[in-house]
Amino acid sequence: MSVPKAAVKRPPLPAVLHANHVLDGDVIVWTGSEWSFDPQAALVAENDEQALQLEAVRDASQASGEVIEPYLVTVRRDEDGLFVPVHYRERLRTLGPSVRLDLGKQADLMGAQ
Amino acid sequence: MYRYDEFDELLVRERVEQFRDQVQRRLDGSLTEDEFKLLRQMNGVYLQLHAYMLRVAIPYGTLSSRQMRQLALIAERHDRGYGHFTTRQNIQYNWPKLRELPDIFELLADVEMHGIQTSGNCIRNISADHLAGVAADEVEDPRPTAELLRQWSTLHPEFSFLPRKFKIAVIATAEDRAAIKVHDIGIRILRHPETGEAGYQILVGGGMGRTPMIGKVIRDFLPKQDLLAFVEAVLRVYNLEGRRDNPFKARVKILVHELGFDAFKARVEEEYAKLDGPTINADPAEVERIAAYFAPPAYETLPATSESFERHKQEDPAFAAFAETNLAPHRMPGYTALTISLKPIGKPTGDASADQMRVVADLAERFSFGEIRVTHYQNLVLPYVKLDDVYAIWQELKAADLAIANVGLITDIISCPGLDYCKLATARSIPIAEAIALRFADEERQRLIGELGIKISGCINACGHHHVGNIGILGLEKGGVENYQVTLGGDATENASLGERLGPGIDGDKVPDAIEKLVDVYLAERHENETFIEVVRRIGHDPFKAAFNEIVEGAARAAA
Repeated sequence: MSVPKAAVKRPPLPAVLHANHVLDGDVIVWTGSEWSFDPQAALVAENDEQALQLEAVRDASQASGEVIEPYLVTVRRDEDGLFVPVHYRERLRTLGPSVRLDLGKQADLMGAQ
Repeated sequence: MYRYDEFDELLVRERVEQFRDQVQRRLDGSLTEDEFKLLRQMNGVYLQLHAYMLRVAIPYGTLSSRQMRQLALIAERHDRGYGHFTTRQNIQYNWPKLRELPDIFELLADVEMHGIQTSGNCIRNISADHLAGVAADEVEDPRPTAELLRQWSTLHPEFSFLPRKFKIAVIATAEDRAAIKVHDIGIRILRHPETGEAGYQILVGGGMGRTPMIGKVIRDFLPKQDLLAFVEAVLRVYNLEGRRDNPFKARVKILVHELGFDAFKARVEEEYAKLDGPTINADPAEVERIAAYFAPPAYETLPATSESFERHKQEDPAFAAFAETNLAPHRMPGYTALTISLKPIGKPTGDASADQMRVVADLAERFSFGEIRVTHYQNLVLPYVKLDDVYAIWQELKAADLAIANVGLITDIISCPGLDYCKLATARSIPIAEAIALRFADEERQRLIGELGIKISGCINACGHHHVGNIGILGLEKGGVENYQVTLGGDATENASLGERLGPGIDGDKVPDAIEKLVDVYLAERHENETFIEVVRRIGHDPFKAAFNEIVEGAARAAA
């Protein structure tokens, strides 16, 4: 039995739900109906009700162990209208190492362009 | 090199099957993530910023060509074609998939390797002088001692759940290339001043992290046969009395500090007196069996100098520059230890591609009795090279982008992976290392500056050894932006010292300017042949602080 964790403080909205995939370890996001490897597919919670929904998914998937370490990440709209994490740590998480642009999600994005 | 006996072999093979089963049970829900995490960490599997990370143990930094080829194969087949050599002489893969990890462990077991003791609160992989067995002034090869400690510590039932991790390093020379004074236990093999007998000087309580400390000598001279009992006494006192209430205060250095060194020493001696030494210490026959594996290779009898080597140096200035920085004196006439720098200018530090690993493996096989060393400076060494062969090796290294003539110089930077990979990091460190290296890329200028160790950590845990960098850089977060503190005067050698902060933190793009200012002070102040650290010790920190402050004030003016 795992020790119950103290309630996690909600970060400022808008926010998305991040986690790591169990088998691959990759960063995944909650789309509203499933987990996706594509950061742009994330469901963005802009109000209390939507945030509660993400928090419910977070708690349920934490309990079931289907993903690893789910948590909410504050995002903002960038110049292209895309939602990106506000904090540089989370931005790096959705991109990949800044010193190896050929690796991580940024490489998939470049490949797709 | 040490070869597994049937017990080592069985242990590692069983581990692979256990891990395969643990992964299966994690996937079918029999194990929770919290339960599985403990198990995966006992095999060196971490979850990092983008992916899982596997840290493979390289005991005392010694590798065979065959092992290096297997590491290359794993990089290629199961990772992204490269590996990262660490400040504890290990290798990390940054992109393994959990589903493939059991197969990776199988490949590692095929070459007598694994990820045990590379994570978790146990006695970690034992590190040693990378010039073990070849250093000119060595008392004896420190690796049999390191191997004995490895065998004793691996899955030690009493010490598998310590308050925190525990790191041991071993050297056998006065010059310290393994940073023993910043290890939980540092061991130096030396001769008794009166009897001439070889024994151990034992240091305890060194470490870096958020509370850096220099280790203190707890035994001036421990007879060799008493090693395991004495180390066991230290570990037992730590295990019983080390703090478990706060992970940041759980290392043995904190216990030594809080109890006081004399009280800690008294506790260890009391425990040691109670232990039944003969049942703990290794059987001398077993010690001899281990030592036999480290017998010197079949050296040729050579003249001390090589005509062809000298001629090539005369003819080719680039080769002469390489020979000046990348070769270490050897105990055998006509031989040298050749360092392969993994610090290409403007590229990540400590990384090697699968192809480069194979080039090194081949060179080692042809020119260095099939043996390679990993240094805590994140470079590789061919330990048994004939001077006659250095030119041929250099040419092949050039073709593989590995002939970088910067060992010990300002661009030979130690850096942790930082926030580009690490989950714990507060800032990136590799881009800072790259920017500094680019700023000082000019080889002539590097050689003019001479020996200068820059060490960069991306968080307070100090994996990049910033506390003991002549110039240390610590990446933090300030108001949602990466911010870098700069320290001066650290030293990881036998003259170990901890760096002190020069002033407030600065932005990452200001770091190369700041380093340049510090170097300018050094060049202006130095007397002939004085190294950077020697000048720092002679003139003190104030002139450097004043120069650093110009960067801080310049940044403040620009922001105003």
